Amino acid sequence: MIEQVRHLTARMGKNNSPTIESYRDDGGYETAMKALAMEPEEVIEVVKASGLRGRGGAGFPTGLKWTFLPKEREKTYLCVNADESEPGTFKDRLILDFDPHLLLEGILITCHALKSDHAFIYIRGEFCRPYRRLRDAVREAYDAGLFGDNVMGTGRTLHCTIHRGGGAYICGEETALLNSIEGKKGQPRIKPPFPTNHGLFGKSTVINNVETLANVPLILRDGAEEFRKYGTEKSPGTRLFGVSGHVNRPGVYEFPHGIRLIDLIEDACGGVRDGNALKAVIPGGSSVPILTADEARELILCFDACMAAGTMLGSAGVIVMDETTCMVKALDRLTHFYGHESCGQCTPCREGSGWIAEIVSKIASGSGTPADLDKLVDLGRQISGNTICVFSDAVSMPVTSFTTKFRSEFEDHVNGGVCVAKKTTAATA
Amino acid sequence: MAATERKKTFRFSEKREKEIAALRGRYEYPQGLIMPLLWMAQYDEGWVSPEAMETIAEICETSPAWVYSLATFYTMFELERPIRYQIQVCHNLSCSLNGSESILAHLEKKLGIRAGEATEDGRFRLSAVECLASCGSGPMMQVNTEYYEQLTPEKIDALLEEFGRD
Repeated sequence: MIEQVRHLTARMGKNNSPTIESYRDDGGYETAMKALAMEPEEVIEVVKASGLRGRGGAGFPTGLKWTFLPKEREKTYLCVNADESEPGTFKDRLILDFDPHLLLEGILITCHALKSDHAFIYIRGEFCRPYRRLRDAVREAYDAGLFGDNVMGTGRTLHCTIHRGGGAYICGEETALLNSIEGKKGQPRIKPPFPTNHGLFGKSTVINNVETLANVPLILRDGAEEFRKYGTEKSPGTRLFGVSGHVNRPGVYEFPHGIRLIDLIEDACGGVRDGNALKAVIPGGSSVPILTADEARELILCFDACMAAGTMLGSAGVIVMDETTCMVKALDRLTHFYGHESCGQCTPCREGSGWIAEIVSKIASGSGTPADLDKLVDLGRQISGNTICVFSDAVSMPVTSFTTKFRSEFEDHVNGGVCVAKKTTAATA
Repeated sequence: MAATERKKTFRFSEKREKEIAALRGRYEYPQGLIMPLLWMAQYDEGWVSPEAMETIAEICETSPAWVYSLATFYTMFELERPIRYQIQVCHNLSCSLNGSESILAHLEKKLGIRAGEATEDGRFRLSAVECLASCGSGPMMQVNTEYYEQLTPEKIDALLEEFGRD
């Protein structure tokens, strides 16, 4: 049995874990006290040395991102991306629900490092309980003098504002998120300028994911070297893997980067349900290229190994599919989603994702033709890279990988509508 | 626009006015308050009425059309009169792999409506929605603000009975 390494999840499952009393009982905010006595540059150096990489999807080195802020700047915002909406991803919700103060301590330390006096937390609108817990935690932190005009008695100001989204996947894209806070439709901006130069309200802005910031207090507490003891050289630290689909024990698991995907599935999650054979895995949220069972058995879960295997670790949302899964149907679920969520700003994406959704739905229903399949593959290639943001790539990657790796199933569907995976289960019925 | 002549029927409560005043300083442009105010209006009244949008536009120093463009871009704002039970079943991949379609079908049968419709008495609206980040506990649905996970037809029956009682 591979053992979970509980750093981020150390306090999960404790009574009253979301409260400030409970957090303080476990030594909470002591690290922030220590960090606030350090020079901001020192804090950045520790985070850089830890090698922490963003947990939202792109895996960009966090400390490096922070150094992109211009030296001379009028004002700095930290925006926390809690718009967790990537299908198959449900790990930030765990932190918001059960350890919101860990995030708030991360914000406190990060704002000190960035010399920021205002953090916005952008939380997806559907998250009602997480919102209530976070709101209560922010109130507790204000009452305890952790936020406000005299942070921890240092005389410094730091405000923390929660901004609720309204149900738009695209707001997880960082510049769409900024527009949404500004009271605009959540449509991504053209980059450059990058948010570190021209972000929220035109000011210097850093945007970090919830899990990323939750790592910051642990890194400052234990040191960069300790953080690096877990994970791989280029993907240091632990990771929250959200496993869903056809496994016996789905859920969020914390493991160091570098474990084998197959151990996560077979060992931690109790294997594929009903003794069925593994068919496919999406390792990093719905937007990353799917893997066949053979590829999945070889995969190491770290940023670079995933890239080398032609996929991405993304948000570490692992979706497992067994042999009863109809791959056309599975893609249909995803392309329907993308068709619905395109923000409509760029023509290739707005039109392309809509057409892709329609064609996949037609093929799944058994009325598609070989010409439809060709058109689908073609569209998948054409929209990628031709838009303001990476949403079009997020549509393109599943379309291209599903239709390439499970080509024969798509061909069967357009040549008479036979589905090889039709034999059972509610999931695919 | 005739709006200027029409008598406004929407006003935020005094308690809300105070909250709004406190939030003002947090946003560099008044337009930043649009989404928070849409949420407040919806929370207080169950939906966002055209009158509420006009009031919000005035507070945020923008046009009602701009507020409307946001209220329609973001799918969570209710622009029709409130429904007592808003039932939203996730039909994205992870839930689908665990049988969300039969859950949706069961609800359609029990409520006598199709996804996207409301019951005639206006008590229930059923929709199929996208991922709600509860992928490890599927199939799942959200009813108003609460999540209901690892659903079975039996669980649904018990819940509907519970909802029917108030």
